[in-house]
Amino acid sequence: MFLKIPAASLRLAVFVIASVVLMTIDHRQHHVETVRSALSVVVYPFQYLVNLPVEMGQWVVNSLVTRESLLKENARLREEHLLLSSKLQKFAALEVENQRLNELLESSFKVGERVLVAELLAVELERFQRQIVINKGSREGAFNGQPVVDAAGIMGQIVHVGPFSSTVMLITDASHAIPVQVNRNGLRAVAIGTGATNNLELEYIPNNADIRVGDLIVSSGLGSRFPPGYPVGQVTRVAIDPGEPFAKVTAIPSAKLDRSREVLLVWPQDQTGEVNQAPANSGKS
Amino acid sequence: MSLAKRQGNWVILLSFVVAFMLDVMPLPEWAVDARPAWIALVLIYWCMALPERVGIGIAWVLGLLLDVLEGTLLGQHALGLVVIAYITLQTHRRVRVFPLLQQAVLVGLLLLLYLLLALWVMGIVGRPIGQWSYWLPALTSMVLWPWIFIVLRDLRRKYNVS
Repeated sequence: MFLKIPAASLRLAVFVIASVVLMTIDHRQHHVETVRSALSVVVYPFQYLVNLPVEMGQWVVNSLVTRESLLKENARLREEHLLLSSKLQKFAALEVENQRLNELLESSFKVGERVLVAELLAVELERFQRQIVINKGSREGAFNGQPVVDAAGIMGQIVHVGPFSSTVMLITDASHAIPVQVNRNGLRAVAIGTGATNNLELEYIPNNADIRVGDLIVSSGLGSRFPPGYPVGQVTRVAIDPGEPFAKVTAIPSAKLDRSREVLLVWPQDQTGEVNQAPANSGKS
Repeated sequence: MSLAKRQGNWVILLSFVVAFMLDVMPLPEWAVDARPAWIALVLIYWCMALPERVGIGIAWVLGLLLDVLEGTLLGQHALGLVVIAYITLQTHRRVRVFPLLQQAVLVGLLLLLYLLLALWVMGIVGRPIGQWSYWLPALTSMVLWPWIFIVLRDLRRKYNVS
């Protein structure tokens, strides 16, 4: 009886069970992350090859650019640099003042994180997930759960890290949530991705809460995954239905999720070992 | 014989590498939903042509690589590819001699099954998909099948893969 099972069916059963077990482990725990990391070395050449024409195109564009346009760009960048530096002077003073005031209040607000520039690889992942691949991995010290930002705001976090590349889940992915607060008044909420490119939903905001269209929402630092104070988005719609317990608030992400080519990896301060916040006063920052 | 076999492995490997690359190649916005399931198509061809060399084990490994490449749940594509490899292996003697159009229809059905398995997995882990465009890859793959079949068959004959 046992010997009558055809070999192919037996193998099918074995591999189907193996797949199901693997999926269960991957979904529930994170033990197979090392397997994924090892396999990412095998698939990195594919990603690299697909990205190569894009990179070469850029290289050609860069080397064919005229002296005139370079001069023009240089002048523009100088101007921008001057503007930003003057702004920064003001911010430096404000930062010191803020820190002093926070010390007076004995709160634990910290600024200054280590960052590293990473570049996007021009590859497309599964079409119903909002994920991107970047060219920095565990060799450069990236880790699972690391926040990723661009010049305008928070982009997402690393979900799979390999030696040479990492996968970043954007804040608009349907399974992503980030704790935020309204910059104007500190009202806390959770911003949840919808799976659409440029849309976030703010959950659990009561109907009578003070939130308006145009409010800037920033990361609150609760959950100690994202550093506090980075812009996340701007409120675009507040719909209040008296029959519902919570208001329906949507926001547009600040980061240029579908346009940025360079992103920044951020090491929050307690990851570098400098500061370790006690859980008691890590509440609001 | 051994030389011919090594040469053959090289052709099979290369076809899968190209399929992997096509799978993550950036496409314009309107074509993203219609991206054919390249790996599945190439796998079906080799399972049909050389069932004693490309089988369920290879399908599983390819699926895992695809999962890592696309960032999906580890095992999601592996499950689908294993099932379609098995069905192709069971039916390869009949399907091999079908006219191309009839083969294409069968391939379309196989890919619907593949997509259905992935949809179940995604539904179970809580990311359900409610768009009709989810099924488009089955259609585009079906349309592409005769072309892929002819290209791979010519490659196989030219390099004498057996």
